[in-house]
Amino acid sequence: MKILVCISHVPDTTSKINFTDGDTKFDTNGVQFVINPNDEFGLTRAMWFKEKQGATVTVVSVGEAETEPTLRKALAIGADEAIRINAKPTDGFFVAKQLAEIAKDYDLVIAGRESIDYNGGMVPGMLATLTNANYVNNCIGLEVEGENATAIREIDGGKETLKTTLPLVIGGQKGLVEESDLKIPNMRGIMMARKKTLNVVEPTDSANTTQAVKFEKPAPKGEVKLVSPDNLDELVNLLHNEAKVI
Amino acid sequence: MSVLVYTETENGKFKKTAFEVASYAKGVADMISTTVTAVAINADDTSELGKYGVDKVLSVKNDKLNNFNAKAYADVLKQAAEKEGSKVVVVSSSADAKFMAPVLAINLEAGYASNVVALPESESPFKVKRTAFTNKAFNITEITTDVKLIGLSKNAFGLKENSATSTAEDFSPALNDADFSTEVASIDKVSGKVTIADAEIVVSGGRGLKGPENWGMVEELADVLGAATACSKPVSDMGWRPHGEHVGQTGKPVAANLYVAIGISGAIQHLAGINASKVKLVINNDPEAPFFKAADYGVVGDAFEVVPQLIEKLKEFKANNA
Repeated sequence: MKILVCISHVPDTTSKINFTDGDTKFDTNGVQFVINPNDEFGLTRAMWFKEKQGATVTVVSVGEAETEPTLRKALAIGADEAIRINAKPTDGFFVAKQLAEIAKDYDLVIAGRESIDYNGGMVPGMLATLTNANYVNNCIGLEVEGENATAIREIDGGKETLKTTLPLVIGGQKGLVEESDLKIPNMRGIMMARKKTLNVVEPTDSANTTQAVKFEKPAPKGEVKLVSPDNLDELVNLLHNEAKVI
Repeated sequence: MSVLVYTETENGKFKKTAFEVASYAKGVADMISTTVTAVAINADDTSELGKYGVDKVLSVKNDKLNNFNAKAYADVLKQAAEKEGSKVVVVSSSADAKFMAPVLAINLEAGYASNVVALPESESPFKVKRTAFTNKAFNITEITTDVKLIGLSKNAFGLKENSATSTAEDFSPALNDADFSTEVASIDKVSGKVTIADAEIVVSGGRGLKGPENWGMVEELADVLGAATACSKPVSDMGWRPHGEHVGQTGKPVAANLYVAIGISGAIQHLAGINASKVKLVINNDPEAPFFKAADYGVVGDAFEVVPQLIEKLKEFKANNA
């Protein structure tokens, strides 16, 4: 089985979010970039298929040269090879179009349900549709036997088990593997990653369907109203009469 | 030209989000001087949609659509949008809608903006405000295609009543067998329990509760409030609570009217996930817990004393206000 894992290069979850150039660009100053967490769960599941079922794993990212350390980290975790599509990921449709060119040669494509920066949540579904593959989003469990796949997806208030076939695109998330299964690359992995292939390919010409025009930060929060633990009647009163939520 | 809205049902009844997306679609329709057409799949009674501004309902009845199927549902909506000549299509942010929307976007060659929180800022260029960076920021997005697809954030717009009368029309789109190559084998859903996605109030517990055996009071508080239960990331990682309850940046987002955090310190990733909630109440024994800076109401005290007392007070309140 040939697996393609789509990797988004995103600010670490602890990053302070600021903008520059008149609030039109994300301020990368002092920001640490990582593998998008939803993608990392998928990558780790792909490693399981590699170890148990002899799958080969390619990682791919749409990004400029500064995203290469993120791909190298994926190689250090155990992916066999990497592809970087040399373009700024300007919107979800553009990214899906670029990935579709590569994805058509793979049996299973694992992407994250969304990136934690733009939260578009559209790349896996668009990619599946563009490549005419089966598709499961919010995937929290995946088994593959020959051409058949069983995928579990999280639904509002529970989960649903789906039977489908390859080629398959999934939008993965935590649950595909446990947090404790995530691998921190060891020295050997890091050394080996340096020798692995990282192919750079140029984007195919493709238009956007959306454009991020501007960013805004949420209005600063007012002071918290503290209520003494001995005066919970007051708390109930505030929730009812002031906040009007009960 | 009418604005098309997908009004979701469960067991034949409309979900609350259906009325919210209908209200939003009416707002957009007023901006561009047109009407609202809803698509309802296997709904028992569509008349209720008129109250939220829907003029016409395309009612689809087909047993093949009893289970949600992203590709088949996207196909139904595509055919409805083409029939109505819709330039704007509105869906919710439910797990199903987020599953389907990207497929529909490709089918309609539409630009898709997810997590939209307000009516379009302008019609031409078509600009919408959406959340980004997991609620740490907003992003104004311009949709540049002829057809626009909007995914509305939950609880961002609210319900707006309109005294319109909707007409229902049977709609029988052609279904493609290939769409059913992904089939539902089983559904595992706790019935009778409020889900985090639908809840108006969410009660959440963190590591401060010391162990899974102490969740009884969290559940009781949730019960009194008619709330869903949730938890922080460490709690789900340690296996105290199921993954489905994990809320935060890598878990589920919460956009409730009231979010109650018990024994949760308020790590930046947790705050990002729950930030879209309107009112936050924090109960924590550490006055320095960062969560207090993000809270509207706070109680500095021992959860094991405060929560049982709060349950009693709320029971009294409910009894007096029933």
